[in-house]
Parts: sequence; C-alpha cells; structure tokens
Amino acid sequence: MKFIPNSANKTVMLKEIGLSDIDELFSDIPKKIRIKNLTLPNGLSQQEVEERLRMLGNKNKTFFEMPNFLGGGIKPHYIPAAVKSIISRSEFYTSYTPYQPEASQGFLQAMFEYQSIIAEITGMDVSNASLYDGATSIGEAALMCTRINRRKTFVIPKNISRDKRSILKNYTNGAEIKIKEIDYDKNTGKIDISDLKKKIDDDTSGIYIENPNFFGVFEDDVEEISSIVKENKSLFVVGVDPLSLGIAEAPGKYGADIVIGEGRCFGNSTDFGGSTLGIFACKKEHLRQIPGRIIGLTKDSDGKRAFCMTMQTREQHIRRGRATSNICTNEGLNALAATVFLALFGGKGLEELARINFEKGQILAKKIASLDGYEKVFSSIHFNEFVIQCPDTIALNKKLLKNGIQGGLLLNDISSELKNCLLFGVTEMHDEKSIARLLSVMKEVY
Amino acid sequence: MYRSATYDEPLLNELGDKSKGKPLDMLPPALQRKRTINIPTLDETQIVRHFFRLSQMNYGIDTGMYPLGSCTMKYNPKICNEISSWDCFSMTHPYQDESTVQGNLQMMYELEQMFCEISGMDSFTLQPAAGSQGEFTGLLLARAYHKSNKDFDRNEIILPSTSHGTNPASVTMSGYKIIEILSTKDGTVDLEALQKTLSDKTACFMLTNPNTLGIFESDILEISRMVHEAGALLYYDGANMNAIMGKARPGDMGFDIVHLNLHKTFSTPHGGGGPGSGPIGVKKNLERFLPVPRIVKHKDKYGFDYDVSQSIGKIKAHYGNFSVLLKAYIYILLMGSDGLKESSEIAVLNANYMKKKIVDSKKYDMPYKELRKHEFVVSCEHLLNKKGVRALDVAKRLLDYGLHPPTIYFPLIVKEALMIEPTESESKKTLDEYIDVLIRIADEDPKIVKNAPNNTAVKRVDEAGAIKNQILTWKSV
Repeated sequence: MKFIPNSANKTVMLKEIGLSDIDELFSDIPKKIRIKNLTLPNGLSQQEVEERLRMLGNKNKTFFEMPNFLGGGIKPHYIPAAVKSIISRSEFYTSYTPYQPEASQGFLQAMFEYQSIIAEITGMDVSNASLYDGATSIGEAALMCTRINRRKTFVIPKNISRDKRSILKNYTNGAEIKIKEIDYDKNTGKIDISDLKKKIDDDTSGIYIENPNFFGVFEDDVEEISSIVKENKSLFVVGVDPLSLGIAEAPGKYGADIVIGEGRCFGNSTDFGGSTLGIFACKKEHLRQIPGRIIGLTKDSDGKRAFCMTMQTREQHIRRGRATSNICTNEGLNALAATVFLALFGGKGLEELARINFEKGQILAKKIASLDGYEKVFSSIHFNEFVIQCPDTIALNKKLLKNGIQGGLLLNDISSELKNCLLFGVTEMHDEKSIARLLSVMKEVY
Repeated sequence: MYRSATYDEPLLNELGDKSKGKPLDMLPPALQRKRTINIPTLDETQIVRHFFRLSQMNYGIDTGMYPLGSCTMKYNPKICNEISSWDCFSMTHPYQDESTVQGNLQMMYELEQMFCEISGMDSFTLQPAAGSQGEFTGLLLARAYHKSNKDFDRNEIILPSTSHGTNPASVTMSGYKIIEILSTKDGTVDLEALQKTLSDKTACFMLTNPNTLGIFESDILEISRMVHEAGALLYYDGANMNAIMGKARPGDMGFDIVHLNLHKTFSTPHGGGGPGSGPIGVKKNLERFLPVPRIVKHKDKYGFDYDVSQSIGKIKAHYGNFSVLLKAYIYILLMGSDGLKESSEIAVLNANYMKKKIVDSKKYDMPYKELRKHEFVVSCEHLLNKKGVRALDVAKRLLDYGLHPPTIYFPLIVKEALMIEPTESESKKTLDEYIDVLIRIADEDPKIVKNAPNNTAVKRVDEAGAIKNQILTWKSV
C-alpha cells in the first residue's frame, strides 16, 4: 500500500547479499548521528488523506466562490478539458528530462512544437523549452545581455513588480551588474523616453521594458525606444503578457533581441502562484548564450525524423561552472499544457481570446471610472489590467471582501505616488454577475 | 519483447493549413499585430489524437523501471496529482486576502515543519523552484551570512570533483569562485586536500551525502568540524536524501544549509523536465536571511511576513511551486514516519541487491568501495576494451528491452559510468529482470548492441547532426 513492493521481500534479499538486518546497510553512518525514527505522525490511508485535504481546502476560497479582480500578472483563464486530459497522460508527467531521446520522442516533439509556437507568437527566431517563471526570466535575460556584450548596467522601468525587482537584484549581484530604473510618464503611464535617454550610456548591456507594462498600459513608442537601444549598441529585452500578443504586435517586429514573459496564462491554473512557466525567446544570433534546454530536429540512424535535446554544451551537466545558467529542472509540464492550449485555440482563437480580454478590460475600466470617487489613473491604452485611484483603497478592499469579492491589487508599496491606487485585472473568466456585484459594492462605498 | 508505439506523427503545423490574413484591427497601428499567428486551426479530435500519440512515444515511470542515478525516479502516487488539481487549491490566487487562503498557508506552514524534522534543520523556505535554484538561494544566504559578520573576503566555494553539474553552475551564478578538490581512491572527500584548501577565503563547502557514487561520507563529522573551524559553512545537496530518511539527518551531521528535491525524494512527478521544487532549510543562525515572505502562525491564523530586515528578498515569483509542494505534503501524510524510513531502507536494499548481483556477474567493473547507499556506479571500461561496447551502447540496448537506462557518464571520475538508482518503487522481480538484461547485453554480439535501439519509436538519434544543422522551430523545417 505504501508504494514499496519489496517490503515483503526484505529478509530474502538481505540474505542474498549476506546480511541479516536492514540496519547493517547503514553501518557506514556514524553511530552518533544515527536516528531511530522521525518525529512525524504515522502514515494515513488514502481515504484519510483525502478527508484531511478536503478540510484544508475548505479553508480556502476559490475564484468561483470569491471572484477576484487582481492585476499584477497572474489571472485565471479558462482551461479546456482536453488540456487537462493530455497533461494527465502519465507517459508525459512521470517522465524525466529527455536525456534518452529514443524513449522520449513524444515529449521532445511536443517541446519542439512549444518552441515553434513561442517563436511564432513573439516574432523571435528561437525559444528555449522553458524557465521557472516570468520573473526569473528577467534575471536570466540580464545575465545573458552581459555575457553577450560584456557591459555591466541593466536598465529596467521603475514601474515593475516588487517581486521582479528583488529577484533581478538576486540574480545579478553575483555578476556585479548595476540596475538603473527609468521613470514613467505620470499621465500616460508609459516609459518616460527622455529619462530613458538619460539613463543609458556605453556600459548599458540591455534595456528591459514590459509591454503591456506593470500598469497594464501598452508602450506604443516601441519603435523609438528600439532605435534608442540600437543606437546605444545595447540589447532590447521585452517582457510580455503573451496573451496580449494575439492582438498586439510581436516584439520581434520592433527590434527585440530577447522576449520573455509568464506563460502560465496558457492552459495552467493560478495554483496560488505556482507552478509557473517562464517564456524565453531570442534572436538566432544570441542563441549560444541562451539559458535552459533547447530541443532540435534531427534524424535517426534510418534517416527518419527525430528530436533530441541540443546545444547541451551550454548547460550545467556538461559545462558545469561555465554553463549559461544553473537551471536543470525547468517547467516542462507547464510548457506542455501551454502547447496543447495553443493548439486548441490556434492562431485565430488566440486572437479572439486576446480580443475578449482587451474588450473586457476597456469596459470594466470605463464602468469603474464612471463611478463617483474613482478615476482611471493613466490615459494610455491598456490591455486587461488598469490602475484606478480612489480615496481609501484599503477600506474599499475590506468592504469588497465582506461582500465576497477580492478587489484590485494594492499598489501602496510600489511607490508613494501610487498610495491610493489599485491594479485591476479582468479576463474571460469574469462573468457579468460578478462584475455587476463588484460595481455595486464599489458604488456603495463613495 | 518490448515494442514502443511508433507513429510518423506530423508536426502540429503540418496537420492543418497555414493561418493566413490579418488580425482584426483592435489597436492603434503602432501596437496592432499585422499578421495572424501561424498556428493552424484544428479540431479538438485531431489535437487530442496528436498529443495522445506523442504520449505513447514517451517512456515514464508508469511504463517501467527508470533507474536514473541521482534522479530518484520513484513512483508518483495518483492521489497526489488528483488532490492537487482540486479547485479549492488550483483556483486560488497568490494575492488573495490571507484570510481566504488559510488552507494553503496551513499546508505550507506544516510542510516547512515536516521538512525541518526530516532534515534536522531549524527553518525552511519553500520558494526555490528546483534543486539548482535551491543551491543558488543557499549560496545567497551564505553570502548574506558572511557579510553580516563583516567577513567580506570569503569568495571561494569548495566542491568535490564528484559534485552535480548544478553545483559549480550555481557557484558561478552567485559570483563565487569554484575550488574543486579531488576525491580519495575510495571515492570520498579527501580530508587532507580539504584541510589544505580551506582558508579564510572559504565561504562554503558543498557536499552531497551520500555522494554521487552512492557512498556515505563517513567522515562527515570531521568534515563539519574542519569547515566550521575555518569559519565557513557546510552546504547539503539533497539530491540523494532518499538514502537516509529516518536513518540520519543532515542537520545532525553539521550542515548549515540544506536543499531538498521534492521531485526526487518526495515523489512529485518530474513532468518531463519540471515543474520541480527545491526548498531550502537552514540552522537558526541563518534564519534571518531567508527569502520573504516567511509563513507565520499567530494563534490559529496563518499569514505572510514580509517584514524581515535581513532577508535576501525574493528568488522566485510568489511562494514557490505551490502545486508541487502540495503533492509532497500529501506524500508525507501518506507515508508517515515509518513509511519514509522504510522508503530509504528499501531504496538502499534494492541498490545493494542489484550491485551485488551485477558485481558477481563480473560483466561490469565496480570502482570504489563496497557498501553503497541508494545508488551505485559501475563501469563499462572492460566491455569497451574487450568488445568496443560503450556505456552509451549499453544504455541504448536497454531501451530495446523496455527498460530505461541509468544515468551515464556521471560522475565524471568513473570512466564509461552507469549510475544506477533503482529506488524503493521496484519489486524484486523487476530488479532481477533488469539485472538479467544488463548481464545479457554484456554477452551479446557487439554489433547488435552498438546498433541499438531498434524497438523504440525511432532508432539511434543523431545528436551531433542536430548541432551541425540547427533546426529549432518548425519554421526552419
């Protein structure tokens, strides 16, 4: 019952290796540190475990019990049953990293398709087979820029999530990369281009922008930003909400060198923030410096099409201390979910899904801004997240919570000028009823 | 005889027509996508069949034995997957009000405590997404620790030559210098070399115990004394924790920082490459540097604490790979104290049983000393000299018998290495079959072995060709 078939064969097997007691197998551990037992409860039956987890689960409120309108990158999206069915195939989920290609053609081909789709969406030449998440991808991108051009300053927008800023700092400290921040325009919410020009010099390795940015606003001066970056001989790194690329221009078209993002929105649950899917794509000329696994198409000894991991000399298991990254385990199954999801939607379907999200974002923002006491903070066009200002955000969220709704994300800790601001997010999952409830409670407060 | 399902399954883009045309004009021209994304429009039937067929050309633990050394490919209980997909967990949001995710927080709080007990550490963070990210986090903690002691000159990390590739890669990422020391002829840490290498420049000594040869470092208490006397910290790579659960704890051995691989020791599925999880445990004196948020309990309420002044900050978005943590938590509840201990006991028994049978057969060489823990390394060197058969050929031939090969060519100090970790999940019958096949392969006509595999979906894959002629997306096909 405990997944240990040889429990019953212990004595026979010990005898065959000339031992009589299992503890003899542990005689090489100094007596002083050997323990008899762990102080943990006894194991439970599967039925008991289910009961216990049901009780635990009851202490949570799901999106269906309590709709949330949280912006900040992670939002619920509908997952077609076929996605769940495919990622539940245990040939996929119980397999290891495909080091033996002949026994892993299925996963390898699916990852090749993932790379192809990500390249297609982002307008890049190549994609890796996933990193941990969108946030660590920024860290990896900053390190990659320095590896490519040996410069030591990485420039990011001031309006970036607190998590990302902290992760970037941790990823770049070791390589002694300085981080500089570009201010945003207080009216539009977009990058302040004059400040960008001031912040770059001949030590700038890369410039990172988000599109849509942390305020949900599209950066429409990308061509200009791109040419500033190129003129400075720096690299252009663009972080995207990949869903927005159903309608928004692919960063490859406006000169991005590296495109990153959080891909969880494609076929993966919110899962309390993990597991996640780090998207990482780049131009072919930078391929040798890309972190993580790459799947390539080749032939078998009969000349038949086959797939395998390739360019492994960049990776830690071959290159050790000189690898492009320490990443080994990645987010393979999440990438598979994304691949199945995108196959089900197709290019046209993704466009349609992006359109719904965009329109819902416009309508909700308009409705909230039309209520007394609420104001949309930034004038620029947004996707499915937007910033709203009101006199007391904390009181509002408390009131919403009492009414079974989780309001927007508090931006108090991002900067003092956003003290009374909330970042709202909406997707195809938010039905008319929950939106009406949100609006009626918001109306009551002021 | 084994025969893998074999399909000439086209690529997704070959299943349908190229998407044409322009997307609807939704955005101002500067923002608007100009060309529809080229993913064909297919029916669900076609797509499910496509991925179903691909799945049948993939080998998982549910297919058969998967004895990859240092990877601990044990059975993944179905109940863990089932529960983690429940809405009450999967449909929660990381920024929801704490009062509405008390179940998640309680689980994470209790899981940290379980890991403390299992490893003998004082505190845990569940944030790292995988073992290597755990290593990286651990080294950032070491840096923060030395810095707080105004000990600014410690810029070296010592590693044994048997270490996993992620160790030196993590050292580089954290900005430290790698100092590698050779192992003794017994395959263990060379105390003399370690003593010579330790100095007031050493930040940390990273060690896997049992090491990658499956040998327990019996001098661990002496190693710990030496490392601490030099003012350095001792780091535990938990890849091989499955050998010692309920028998010994890294914390009691003197380790200051420990990572666990939940996708190894705690049976969470490896997912064809991930997601994983690599929690980090520390002793009291390093607790204040752990990533935020910490999970705290006040009376009966659980919550997040971001107010930790000396914390290194964040290492991954949100709180780690929550769905993986949940599976590990369920696994520990199922196994309990005795079950975890028995897992390690039988994992070690299975490895020693296989080792004895293989060594007795005299078909493979066995470098380094006798008693093993949960994995062992044999060499195909004689096979190569005698018949021209390499470890790679043996691995490929195993596939013809429907068995997944062991890790090959690692650790680097063993020539033509097969690194075998059977885990506790296999029955005696399965182990016997695997042993028989390994012995049979050694006697087979080398031509057959070198031409293997033949029973898999494709024959031997030309990996060199993939490098020479880079085709990385369907656009370049």
